[in-house]
Amino acid sequence: MVECAFPICLVSDMTDFSPASAEEIAEIVKVAATNREPLEILGNGTKRGIGRPMSMPHRLSTARLDGIVLYEPEELILSVKAGTPLSQVEALLAEHNQHLAFEPPNWGNQTIGGVVAAGYSGPRRIHAGAIRDHLLGFTAINGRGEIFKAGGRVVKNVTGYDLSKLMAGSFGTLAVLSDVTLKVLPKPESRTTLFRRGQSAHDGIKLLNKALGLPFEMTGAAWTPDFNGTSLTALRLEGFADSVADRAVALTRILDVEIGDAEFDTFWDQIREVAPLQPASVLWRISVPPSRGAEILDILPGADAIADWGGGLIWLGMADEGDCGASALRTAVKETGGHATLIRASDECRLRIAPFQSQTTAHFALTKRVKESFDPLHILNPGRMYANL
Amino acid sequence: MSVDRDTLARRAEIAAALRRILPACSVIDDPVALAPYESDALTAYRQPPMLVALPSSTAEVAAVLAYCHAKNVKVVPRGAGTSLSGGAIGLADGVTLGLAKLNRILQIDLENRCVVAQPGVTNLAISDAVAASGFYYAPDPSSQLACTIGGNVAENSGGVHCLKYGLTTNNVLGAEVVLMTGEIVRLGGAYLDPDGYDLLGTMVGSEGLLGVVTEVTVRILPKPANVRAMLIGFPTIEAAGECVARVIAQGIIPAGMEMMDRACVHAAENFVHAGYPLDVEALLIAELDGPVVEIDRGIERIESIARNLGATCCYISNSEEERLKFWAGRKAAFPAVACIAPDYYCMDGTIPRRRLPAVLNRIAQMSKQYGLQVVNVFHAGDGNLHPLILFDANNPGELETAERFGDAILKLCVEMGGVLTGEHGVGIEKRDLMPVMFSETDLDQQMRLKCAFDGKHLLNPGKVFPNLKRCAELGRMHVHHGRMRFPDLPRF
Repeated sequence: MVECAFPICLVSDMTDFSPASAEEIAEIVKVAATNREPLEILGNGTKRGIGRPMSMPHRLSTARLDGIVLYEPEELILSVKAGTPLSQVEALLAEHNQHLAFEPPNWGNQTIGGVVAAGYSGPRRIHAGAIRDHLLGFTAINGRGEIFKAGGRVVKNVTGYDLSKLMAGSFGTLAVLSDVTLKVLPKPESRTTLFRRGQSAHDGIKLLNKALGLPFEMTGAAWTPDFNGTSLTALRLEGFADSVADRAVALTRILDVEIGDAEFDTFWDQIREVAPLQPASVLWRISVPPSRGAEILDILPGADAIADWGGGLIWLGMADEGDCGASALRTAVKETGGHATLIRASDECRLRIAPFQSQTTAHFALTKRVKESFDPLHILNPGRMYANL
Repeated sequence: MSVDRDTLARRAEIAAALRRILPACSVIDDPVALAPYESDALTAYRQPPMLVALPSSTAEVAAVLAYCHAKNVKVVPRGAGTSLSGGAIGLADGVTLGLAKLNRILQIDLENRCVVAQPGVTNLAISDAVAASGFYYAPDPSSQLACTIGGNVAENSGGVHCLKYGLTTNNVLGAEVVLMTGEIVRLGGAYLDPDGYDLLGTMVGSEGLLGVVTEVTVRILPKPANVRAMLIGFPTIEAAGECVARVIAQGIIPAGMEMMDRACVHAAENFVHAGYPLDVEALLIAELDGPVVEIDRGIERIESIARNLGATCCYISNSEEERLKFWAGRKAAFPAVACIAPDYYCMDGTIPRRRLPAVLNRIAQMSKQYGLQVVNVFHAGDGNLHPLILFDANNPGELETAERFGDAILKLCVEMGGVLTGEHGVGIEKRDLMPVMFSETDLDQQMRLKCAFDGKHLLNPGKVFPNLKRCAELGRMHVHHGRMRFPDLPRF
């Protein structure tokens, strides 16, 4: 165990820390900062494959910070400790007929802290917003080992900087989350899927965007090359049962789509989990203006793809070879606007190409100053998102 | 904040330099012409700026900022000056950077449902520009005719419809930002999710302290096919508050849900004659939008909840004319109150919805204690209160009493689990209350973020933070002297 006295001591052994409180995390980070020894920050480690491979001397997991701090279904808020499993959170919400409306992908035994740190949202993001829009406040430990909080427990709040936005998607590089407060919402009482089979990606995405320009409040708009044997273009409607039924019929009069049955119950979960591409050894997540989504699919003809968010989110799966498609994709994205993130690849590939897209000089300089405003000594997950950061 | 005499002594030199960067008419130094910039919509506070610069392009903004950065001149960005928290008030030793000339809509992209606008475009102009195509921009602060989208980004503005459609932060996709150094950074665009850290999300609501927005990409939505409003009267505030809580808890998210107390209903009715019932303690306006069936179902459920809670009346709009009439009194609430008192002071705390009755009762007690009347109007759906404290600035000490009363209300909001400001911003108004909500460590972390964007603290200093510490002081690491306090930490 660490036995450290000022001014410095070296800890040679690899240590796995599993603190049970924010105070314990703060102590560990303080010692790590004093020793200039970086920490890999984890929940359950389900998303360790995202970003640049890490080989830190020590690991700090928040998995033991586990439990519900406060759940007020009528206020639509939930405060949980960061290590609480997502499955536990979702089960609790389901008991009260509520859910996390941003539909995080359910990849393995994730902690809620990990879900926030990754910042990924599912099909409903186009309607309900992303995890960034549902994180009302948090408590965390910065790279100085200080416990700080930001935000609050109400939706409408402009008191101080909105640090919650920064925490979502920062992959543990700014601070270690210990508590998060989320906005929760009632589950829609009914849903239906409108679909059309056999469309190309281009035609499918065109149809999806035509639909999203209509006032029918669609909560999902996806295209996949293969669902039960054919390509599928699909739209999701949710809400009061008779409203859903009414809107579905109205849409069939405007668009060339059919109303789906129980066959589609699993479809949206498959899109949410990116299930069709799970066997691929390389997985890309590409965010672009929706109308440009189909162009991305043309870049790497050999890759498997699905399109979510009306074409605004493209997932590409492929074999681990060459540069994993990086240069072609990033050139294309420069043209369309947006960004391409490597979500899965071999360690070797993730070292060779930057998993997170590079930024302009001024943008990256700002990113670096922001990182250092939380973690001046680069103690927390250094190098996870970008080399030298 | 103390005035920097050195900067004041260089006033003529700075004005001349700015006139080399901008057309001469875009720099104001005449004291009379500076007067319109002495305050924003928080008119109790006034301070004319040293100079005003009115750039008309991103390049000009960058050049002005780079100059001011090099010469250590403070800068206050300003849109239309409608801030209710003093966010755009000038500095005696600073340049106010007016962005009104950047007033063009640059792109309307219906296919990707977004609009790219310069910061000086008004909120309403964005909706107007896409109305004919069946779209609109959802956040609708009540100043939307005048307030600019750049100001909306700075303040994370809300409005009556943010209950369903979110605040500015939930509707902005991208921005071009000029840092205090003059560097230009583009964040986001016509696509979702940030590339790297969500710096755009941090810019929104940063009250002009982090950077100057010179271009904004906002999401537009298809206009709802139908809209109807309900007007519901309650015999008690408690019943109205409970109604709001039950509606939301049942999964009905109206487009807007507003409440007025008895005093406000009377003031509004006398002012616009909207036909409001005068025998109620609280009046609720709920608006529903969407397909007809969706609206009908929502109305049925809300009416049933309201009747069960003893609502004394429930009107449902049967025409657009009638819907607008329901809203007329609410929208005119502030001017209506201005007719019953010489001055009013508008507060902006947010509380958990179920605390509404308790908070209102406490405010009523405080009203007696401070000897000033209060009129309450609020965005009830999201627990955002706007108590209006009535006073007469001509009576010595009354403004100060109103301010103390206001502080007490905001402290009460925090005590009840809420926050100091829901949508108006901290500005100079709530600056000194920040420690009620945040510890010194919390505030230090926020100030360090400020340092990452503006290391010299030249951008809008004096706002938001009660004591803006110098970056060198904030950057210092306190070395950890002791041993670990938890030597028995388990490992996994």
